[in-house]
Amino acid sequence: MNLNRLTVNHIRPTRTRGAVLRRALGLLAASLLAGSTGAQAFPAMNMPVGVTVLSHDIYRIHMEVLWVCVAIAVAVFGVMITALIRFRHSKGAVPDTTMTHSTAAEVIWTIIPVLILVALAIPAARTMIKIDDTTHAGLTIRVTGYQWKWHYTYLGDASGIRFFSTLSQNSNFASQLDSGIDPRTVPHYLLSVDHPLVIPSGVKVRLLITSADVIHAWWVPAFGVKRSAIPGFINELWVKVLPGHEGVYRGQCAALCGRGHGFMPIVVDVKTPADFAKWVAAQKAALKQASAAPVPAATAPNEAPVARARIAAPASPLARRPLTARISD
Amino acid sequence: MAHAIEIAPDAHDAHAAHDGPDTGIRRWLFATNHKDIGTMYLTLSLIMFFVGGAMAMVIRAELFEPGMQLVDPAFYNQMMTMHALVMIFGAVMPAFVGLANWMIPLQIGAPDMALPRLNNFSFWLLPFAFTLLLSTLLVPGGAPAGGWTMYPPLALQFGDSFPMLIFSIHLMGISSILGAINVIVTILNLRAPGMTLLKMPLFCWTWLITAYLLIAVMPVLAGAVTMLLTDHFFHTSFFNAAGGGDPLMYEHIFWFFGHPEVYIMILPAFGIISEIIPTFSRKPLFGATSMIYATASIAFLSFIVWGHHMFVDGMPTSADLFFMLSTMLIAVPTGVKIFNWTATMWRGSLSFEPPMLFAIGFLFMFSIGGFSGLMLAMVPADFQYNQSYFVVAHFHYVLVPGAVFAIMGGVYYWLPKWTGNLYNMKLAKTHFWLSTIFVNVLFFPQHFLGLAGMPRRIPDYAVQFTDWNMVSSIGGFGFGLSQILFAIAIIQCVRGGKKATAEVWTGAAPHGLEWTIPSPAPYHSFQTAPEVR
Repeated sequence: MNLNRLTVNHIRPTRTRGAVLRRALGLLAASLLAGSTGAQAFPAMNMPVGVTVLSHDIYRIHMEVLWVCVAIAVAVFGVMITALIRFRHSKGAVPDTTMTHSTAAEVIWTIIPVLILVALAIPAARTMIKIDDTTHAGLTIRVTGYQWKWHYTYLGDASGIRFFSTLSQNSNFASQLDSGIDPRTVPHYLLSVDHPLVIPSGVKVRLLITSADVIHAWWVPAFGVKRSAIPGFINELWVKVLPGHEGVYRGQCAALCGRGHGFMPIVVDVKTPADFAKWVAAQKAALKQASAAPVPAATAPNEAPVARARIAAPASPLARRPLTARISD
Repeated sequence: MAHAIEIAPDAHDAHAAHDGPDTGIRRWLFATNHKDIGTMYLTLSLIMFFVGGAMAMVIRAELFEPGMQLVDPAFYNQMMTMHALVMIFGAVMPAFVGLANWMIPLQIGAPDMALPRLNNFSFWLLPFAFTLLLSTLLVPGGAPAGGWTMYPPLALQFGDSFPMLIFSIHLMGISSILGAINVIVTILNLRAPGMTLLKMPLFCWTWLITAYLLIAVMPVLAGAVTMLLTDHFFHTSFFNAAGGGDPLMYEHIFWFFGHPEVYIMILPAFGIISEIIPTFSRKPLFGATSMIYATASIAFLSFIVWGHHMFVDGMPTSADLFFMLSTMLIAVPTGVKIFNWTATMWRGSLSFEPPMLFAIGFLFMFSIGGFSGLMLAMVPADFQYNQSYFVVAHFHYVLVPGAVFAIMGGVYYWLPKWTGNLYNMKLAKTHFWLSTIFVNVLFFPQHFLGLAGMPRRIPDYAVQFTDWNMVSSIGGFGFGLSQILFAIAIIQCVRGGKKATAEVWTGAAPHGLEWTIPSPAPYHSFQTAPEVR
């Protein structure tokens, strides 16, 4: 199979229309031939297992219900296909018009699904209770959605650290209408920010999620959970990244929030507790230094009205330029 | 029932002037004939299907590659919002009302709908509603772009289009309620003597239940959007947290409408499938009574599952669990329906005319949508699926190869009865096969995109989602183009063709009163009520 060639194409940064179309058609043909067996060489087809306690549970539930569905599909579609083959008018099949109902059959195909559903519901309910238990957190961070960026405020021991997290410049430029920049050449296109959220591994981190304007949703697939950010509400979420899985994890806003909905990514840098402590110390030192100087324009508190003014903004190439640049204009 | 018998043949002769349709525009403008009104509903629906489809083409073209190539993100959001509104309220719902107008009187042996002038009014509201809705594309700030769900506070950020959207939804809602009243009154009062409720065709049954759902939930939508309107213009704070209001309450109210709405779009489809499969299996519907109970159970359950749209919005654990269990429960009556259709085909004698092809396509692909629906009901897993392309794949599977395929099957089933002509069977079969292939190329990869982490409603995406989006777009263009065949088949059939017999599907086993009158159905039918057994 030509899966290897496809993988090579995936990396190659060519971008003529013909090449794009050929690649798409090749992929289409290969997907029809390969089915799910090509999952490794293919772009992702399944939910990530993730790196948190909860994401593993969720992945397990997902796979359980997926296989139950596949089994039911094989059985039901099998019967349907058998009927389509065996009872064809063109093959001279004679209809059995007396077969109009069977109480026994109907009781059976009502009770069996109920039993399957109960079997599925029990582990799901157990996990659900675990997900909603946000007690005994080691670190609490407030996450606030804005049109169109995230703001993080560390509470407790790390209090004082707070910053906006905005789509990185190169993604921003490349995503402008007809920018002429191939997104494939931009590292982590639409999934990179200026200031990532930093959390420690092995610690239960509680996120308090809210919004300053419209409804957003905070979602990092590798962490397994998402929550809506609703103005006037604080939703809770917890994340405990398993030790050994330190690294950078990426996600996006998951609730339609206006023109920039596709352009407010979430990036989380997971550090070991020791590295995290160092990061917190460095941030606090920088804060102390900054408090001596006047507040720079970039952190001026009047950013929300500016963001709102951009709703009707014309599609100029700089329409999604960072706010800092606008304010200094 | 007495009404049906009153119109004796001699009284009818005295009014010979009213025998045929009016000429010219008067026939349509002042239409009170259920067949004319049905035709107008179906025509509007077909036009809206192509308008909404064109918007989908813009969406799929922009999503073909990463980066923004064609439209501004704000316009993308407008297309996505309008696509949903046009397809739900303009294509699917009017198609079902059109089929109800045509077929309910013919199936129950009534001379017309019970309330013909109301019928005229409920249709003629719609062209105005959609003119208003579509004209928002021309106002400053463009069309609504906050999603068809219109969640505040986002929905309140849109300028001139906002009151137009609200008013057009009110018009659509009034139209739906009046149409539903008409269906209920017709079915309960105008059945031919001897046609007891349990002898009534399944299409009438599913529509009767749907009509009650419409009356129950359209006022809820009207209330929700009216509160949005006063929040926007009269400084109330129903949904404004800063004023003591509650944005989450809007979601509860909206989905209390929204979930039954989902079943409004699928129950009549179940009815159509229950008509087609027995005909081409040459065997009565298996478990007809349990089909009615299953439909009623689904309708009841549809009122207590709305929370499953809001699992990530922060409800108490107990509410999450309740909505998970009630949602999973819907799988049981839905399963009964699928099993009964399969049992109808079992030991039948199947032939594969175009309506049957669409019905079989429905069986398989609606089931796929049902499976992903079961997956979405599992709350913990829903924390990943919710708001991702997995959801997009799910509801398009139940709506496109589900509801839309059932409508197409219904049209191919009854079109010869309406026009008196047989359509080009080969063309219709080609339409089926192209639609089936492309609809899967279009929507199946979206399951993968959602599971891999692509959020829905984004105009641009990270490069790792490129491949499946390309496949999906190719499927989208193919599916869109295939629908031109549908329009051609209908237009050809209206213009002429091989004459259909009264039974139309001679050789198969069509069952019901509609097959006892000539094809095309005369302008006035069943002026004398038929006797049912």
